[in-house]
Amino acid sequence: MHHAWIRVGRALRAALLCALALLFLVPFYLLVRNGLATEAEITAPNWTFFPRRLQWSHLTEVFADPNLPLGRALLNSTLIAVSTTLGTVLLASLAGYGLARIPYRGANAVFYAILGTLMVPAAVTFVPSFVLVSSLGWISTLRGLVIPTLFSAFACFIFRQYFLGFPRELEDAARVDGLGYWRTYWRIVVPNSRPVFAAVATIVFIGAWNAFLWPLVIGQDQEAWTVQVALSTFTTAQNLNLHELFVAAAVSIAPLVVVFLLLQRYIVAGVERSGIDD
Amino acid sequence: MTAQAAEAPPDGPGARGAAERERRTPGTRFLGPQRRSLWFWIFVGPFALGLALFTYVPLAWSVYLSFFDAHNTVTPTDFVGLGNYTSMLTDGAFLSSLGTFALFTLFIVPATYALSLALAVMVNRLRFAQAFFRSVFFLPTACSYVVAALIWKLSLFNGVRFGLANTVLGWFGADQTAWLSTTDPPWYWLVIVTVRLWLQAGFYMILFLAGLQRISPQLYEAAAVDGARPGWQTFRHITFPQLRATSVAVVLLLVINAFQAFDEFYNLLSDARGYPPYARPPLVYLYYTALGREQNLGLGSAGAVILALIIAVATVAQARWLGLGRKED
Repeated sequence: MHHAWIRVGRALRAALLCALALLFLVPFYLLVRNGLATEAEITAPNWTFFPRRLQWSHLTEVFADPNLPLGRALLNSTLIAVSTTLGTVLLASLAGYGLARIPYRGANAVFYAILGTLMVPAAVTFVPSFVLVSSLGWISTLRGLVIPTLFSAFACFIFRQYFLGFPRELEDAARVDGLGYWRTYWRIVVPNSRPVFAAVATIVFIGAWNAFLWPLVIGQDQEAWTVQVALSTFTTAQNLNLHELFVAAAVSIAPLVVVFLLLQRYIVAGVERSGIDD
Repeated sequence: MTAQAAEAPPDGPGARGAAERERRTPGTRFLGPQRRSLWFWIFVGPFALGLALFTYVPLAWSVYLSFFDAHNTVTPTDFVGLGNYTSMLTDGAFLSSLGTFALFTLFIVPATYALSLALAVMVNRLRFAQAFFRSVFFLPTACSYVVAALIWKLSLFNGVRFGLANTVLGWFGADQTAWLSTTDPPWYWLVIVTVRLWLQAGFYMILFLAGLQRISPQLYEAAAVDGARPGWQTFRHITFPQLRATSVAVVLLLVINAFQAFDEFYNLLSDARGYPPYARPPLVYLYYTALGREQNLGLGSAGAVILALIIAVATVAQARWLGLGRKED
């Protein structure tokens, strides 16, 4: 009797999880369904669960539409996301290592000054940052879109926490071989820390690709639009065919979904490592 | 400690202590204190300088601008004292943006907390397909607010007949609802809250899963010996109290992120005619004040300073109230 109830409970839980999983996948289904259906199928009063014929031609159509600069926007997003990721990881990992491993009297003060900026969320500083960037003449430039976002206190914090636990024996061996801080860092520390670099890099990349407020404020000219700004412009203006908008949105998240599924264990490790709950 | 020892001259009275410490700190045997501070700044300097330039300088500049009448200029000459602050704090639109944030927090924080905790507990107890379910719930994290808002606005909660929500309601004979433009009842909240819920629940589920895996299995064994039934009793007396530190962090993050909400509000609600007068959270209000047609940077800066103060005070108060740093008990 008791065991039967446990089995019923387990089955109910599995059914609930399956239902929730289906619900979580509905938006992805809508993205693909609307992107590959004809405009008539999308706006028909009766719901078609799946397009009668998949309109793969929408993929070429959306890239050829002169109103929607999708190719350029994807290029901009790629350039911004890649350079932001490389720059952030380089700067934050060096700083994290210095803070964790190079003895210096002011190290704690510097660390708290860095940590303090986490209390001031980037979004609250967007007005003053806009003021600064515009007075530098960086509006609608790659510089303006990338450089102010390179200094992530969050990434620096993760690297510092990680390097504090890095095995000292490895570094000591390098010292005996006569390597200084710089060469120890590049030859010993970095090659032995690949997972943490992968974790931070994937999280930063996803954040940079999906960023919206800063690119909206800084990338004002159409040539400087990221893919998010381009999609947003047409979502809010509503002067584009639905199927085009959906296929463009699907194209914009496809690379990310692939990266995400391939590197998921690093992202999970990064989220867990962030130490916010330790 | 090591840093202080490093400052002592090599032949001075502290030399022995320093030498002892140096053996534990790699590299110090080969480098004097000056060389070490040089290396410290080579590693930390570029990052610290950039952070100062792009966080502290704008903040300071913002405080400066907030005392001036700065329309369309960043080098104003018209000092207005606290004028921007008083007009900000007496502006009904600014105060109602704080109200919008409060209401949004009231919806999104408990909803995300409950859903992500429930997902974590259920996924954690699965004996098969655990990785699959974790991936499905975590996958929306890869999606941007812009794309999610696009799906919600133009398909899921489209106010016309072919929107999915209206289609499903139509199967049961219900009328169509203009989800985003109906203010009575305010259905737009359902749209706004579900977007964020879908996007972030998986992220917090991962945090809770990590927390669950740190709970010692012995606690559950002991509870079983004491006669606690698996299920609600065990959850209430073991799991939930053990997740206290994670819960505090999750609630803090949820509130801070709700305070910064911009993307989904902007993309769901603004259209060719502009942004409607309702449902403007602080950042949307600030965006239109500082960067809209008027470019009133003085007023916008005063708003940014007020928001920064609110968030700092709220973070500290919340951390105190929720007992951050009391996780030993």
